[in-house]
Amino acid sequence: MSFLLVQSLSGLATAATLFLVSSGLTIVFGVTRIVNFAHGSLYMLGAYLGWSLIERFGGTVGGFWASVAAAALGAGALGAVMEVGLLRRLYRSPELFQLLGTFGVVLILQDAVAWIWGPEDLMGRRAPGLKGSVEILGQPFPLYDLMLIGLGPLVLALLWLLFTRTRWGVLVRAATQDRDMASALGVDPARLFTGVLFLGSALAGLGGALQVPREAVNLHMDMAIIVEAFVVVVVGGMGSLTGAFLAALLIGQLQAFGILVFPQITLVLVFLFMAVVLILRPHGLLGRAEDAPPSAAAAHAPPMVAGRGVGWAALGLLALLAALPLVAGDYAVILLTETVILALFAASLHLLIGLGGLVSFGHAAYFGLGAYGAALFVKHLGAPMPLALAAAPLVAGLGALAAGWFCVRRSGLYFAMLTLAFAQIAWSVAFQWSGFTGGDNGVLGVWPSGWASGKAVYYWLTLGLCAGALGLLRRAAFAPFGYALRAGRDSSLRAESVGIDVRRHQWFAFALAGSAAGLAGGLYAFAKGSVFPTLMAVPASVDALVMVLMGGVQTVSGPLAGAALFHLLETQVMRATDWWRLLLGLVIVALVLLFPKGIVGFLAGLRGRS
Amino acid sequence: MMNRRQTLSLLGASAVALFAALPIRSQPAFAQSAPQSPPVRVGEINSYTGLPAFTIPYRQGWQLAVEEINAKGGLLGGRKLEVVSRDDAGKPDDAVRVAQELLSNEKVDLLAGTYFSHIGLAVADFAARNKIPFVAAEPLTDAITWSKGNRYSFRLRPSTYMQAAMLVEEAAKLPAKRWATVAPNYEYGQSAVTWFKQLLKEKRPDVEFVAEQWPAQGKLEAGPTVQALAASNPEAIFNVTFGADLAKFVREGEGRGLFKNRAVVSLLTGEPEYLEPMKDEAPEGWIVTGYPWDQIDTPEHKAFRDAYSARFKEAPRQGSVVGYSTLKAIAAAVDKAGSTDPEKLVAALSGLSIVSPFGPITFRASDHQATMGAYVGVTTVKDGRGTMKNWRYADGAAYLPSDEAVRALRPAE
Repeated sequence: MSFLLVQSLSGLATAATLFLVSSGLTIVFGVTRIVNFAHGSLYMLGAYLGWSLIERFGGTVGGFWASVAAAALGAGALGAVMEVGLLRRLYRSPELFQLLGTFGVVLILQDAVAWIWGPEDLMGRRAPGLKGSVEILGQPFPLYDLMLIGLGPLVLALLWLLFTRTRWGVLVRAATQDRDMASALGVDPARLFTGVLFLGSALAGLGGALQVPREAVNLHMDMAIIVEAFVVVVVGGMGSLTGAFLAALLIGQLQAFGILVFPQITLVLVFLFMAVVLILRPHGLLGRAEDAPPSAAAAHAPPMVAGRGVGWAALGLLALLAALPLVAGDYAVILLTETVILALFAASLHLLIGLGGLVSFGHAAYFGLGAYGAALFVKHLGAPMPLALAAAPLVAGLGALAAGWFCVRRSGLYFAMLTLAFAQIAWSVAFQWSGFTGGDNGVLGVWPSGWASGKAVYYWLTLGLCAGALGLLRRAAFAPFGYALRAGRDSSLRAESVGIDVRRHQWFAFALAGSAAGLAGGLYAFAKGSVFPTLMAVPASVDALVMVLMGGVQTVSGPLAGAALFHLLETQVMRATDWWRLLLGLVIVALVLLFPKGIVGFLAGLRGRS
Repeated sequence: MMNRRQTLSLLGASAVALFAALPIRSQPAFAQSAPQSPPVRVGEINSYTGLPAFTIPYRQGWQLAVEEINAKGGLLGGRKLEVVSRDDAGKPDDAVRVAQELLSNEKVDLLAGTYFSHIGLAVADFAARNKIPFVAAEPLTDAITWSKGNRYSFRLRPSTYMQAAMLVEEAAKLPAKRWATVAPNYEYGQSAVTWFKQLLKEKRPDVEFVAEQWPAQGKLEAGPTVQALAASNPEAIFNVTFGADLAKFVREGEGRGLFKNRAVVSLLTGEPEYLEPMKDEAPEGWIVTGYPWDQIDTPEHKAFRDAYSARFKEAPRQGSVVGYSTLKAIAAAVDKAGSTDPEKLVAALSGLSIVSPFGPITFRASDHQATMGAYVGVTTVKDGRGTMKNWRYADGAAYLPSDEAVRALRPAE
């Protein structure tokens, strides 16, 4: 009994940290609608700043707490700078485009922190006055954790006071409910948003700084927290502070007791929980229905029109690409093969985002399913390459059909997070089921059949299949199916009323996108010779998203350009320097600022003006 | 309205940009000052951005080796040793692409490096496919030399099996009968625990394993995990966590009295990479494998340590030894082969013996595993930092299965 009590107290301490970080995220999202990927980086920055300050001043109780507060303010200040310097310029961009900007910030901060504080984990000082432990029913329990348990509700109460009892809080809530109306009444939204970013980032920084006495500060803290913080926000209901608090409590307990019952599935427990909550409750535990769910294509998106002469231009490009192996070396051909595959992958995601208005955070699941489908056909059944390649889109399509049935019943960020949950489940199956999938050591020896083993031949094969699949995707976009999908995106109510089964169209689009991604995955497996769970992991999904956003969501060819640009940039920069993340991040931020509608969107805009 | 043609021309332009950036039908990328003696080129791949705490000392290690070799006149009678190093971003598919780049564009004679097991395996598979020798420096997985072993791949560091076997020898001497395990939930953690259990039970049929915890790598929930282990009331604990998880585990475990009156046996914890960041909070009295760099006074280690400290103004780490020995082994293999022909290099690497900072090691011909060992000892805190005491060198050769046994484990060639 006493053990269970102490275990639940441990869960509460975990929950407190989770709440601090996710409260900041939910406030930022609630007000600005920005999906802030950099929130975890601000948490990490808070921890590093906290470590430096606590090492110097943290010997006394006052010094320690002043250091923690200063670290939180530092992170907050950076958040405010990010708003003024970057995000503010993107409020007129298609929604979710800011996400690309914050992703750039993630990369920059990763390298900046490594550069300033060095690669080694940093063990900080313990909190003076809270070093020991107390006996609770005969079990020792750290004092510091007790303090954290108290801090969670305290911060919740303070935030509640801030939002209900101060003028600033009332304005923020007004802007949350109706941004346009608030600004029509003379509230300067820009200043409000800067303040909100400051507050949200400071909360992340506070959460980070408070970790210093508990764990070694390290360079992986940003990625470790960000996904979990999103889970808390979505489970709680976006924009709801009490929801975030409740969700953090539940997840804290789930982790504390989950490891007792299922020590093996710690990887996926949180995502299973999120999937169940989202399936049962469309807006999380305490969220309200949104008036306008964020979708990638804003309502004023120009209608996509099939251009004339596209066929000839595409054929010309295809011929050019097909001729390249005659002059290019082996490595260039490999790079081209990858680029073509990724172009198909990005285009398949674009079908969801651009046409369906459905932003998926877990699209790599289907890329991975295709890759695993092909690899496992080879490994377990000894299938020849063509058969395995045919299996790839089928396996991925079936997976997408199953997951999509649940996902399309949700919209906006809830849809996104549900796709992420399914992707994480798929990932953990690949990771953990070592008997069948090879676990994290993957499947090796998936090389092309003899006739296709030449690099140029395999490239031509890839080019042919991808061009075919891209043609089909494009055909779907301009077929009645695509128009129906777009109608559902722009106004699902009106689309329903003219007799379009929006959900059904979205479901099929999800399956189609999944199987196209699966074909890309199958081709990728044979290009690499091996398949690993990393293909389905969160970073792979994020990469796909970055490619689509970089190219611009409003054109069919945007994702192709985005994939080519991102992949070539990444590989070239990676060769050139160890600080490639910094460089890539800077390039992304610069691109976002220069081309706030994506690159192809920018070109299209030029054309429109002339 | 959008313009397809402009779009497509952009695609075309990016393709052109790609080729502007790449050497086409790549010419040898180096200037040949003396045409008959081009450098011997090693393509090196590691997770420099993914795991800098381990890979930067590792890089300094191989840099030192390369400088020493070239200062002595290079290889094969005057050819310089050159390393082309690349980051793999912590992803196996990136590593395979980089390997291809090194092979096609940089024309390297052999491949080396990698830290993570899955990346090591991916590159090993690539090496076998392209018939180019690969010396895996750091990955620990048994698969790379056993179940997925191949003709072209060799591995330097003692594997998970070897390190577990070294610790079992000590664990079996403990009176403890009730054991609990905590290990990161991936192949390294899983196989470490499996081997530890199996080997310990062989020596001590009376032990039982009463609890196991499998935290996700990098996401250890320290409080609940420590509490859950304590609840099973074990007499001893086998730990496989490392890095940030280890620091959390140690802090929380001390705070909650988990290690009071309990023996702890712990993999890799004695390596300075993991022990030193914990400063004066490093655990006291754990039985570990590691590297007490300040106390090893054999002539070969002293020479290495002095040279390293003089060159980089810091103490060597485990990674430094691995990087240094990897390049020394490659250099020795090239000289033994008398050429850079891949098949001759493979033949030379099989059974190659060199003197590493840890003493003589041999790459076994049977499974391509080097017999490099590890130091087994007890952790302690001295002058405010963690270190090892009562240590001994466990020679890897003593902890490897026989040649016949491993032949059965390896796929037929």
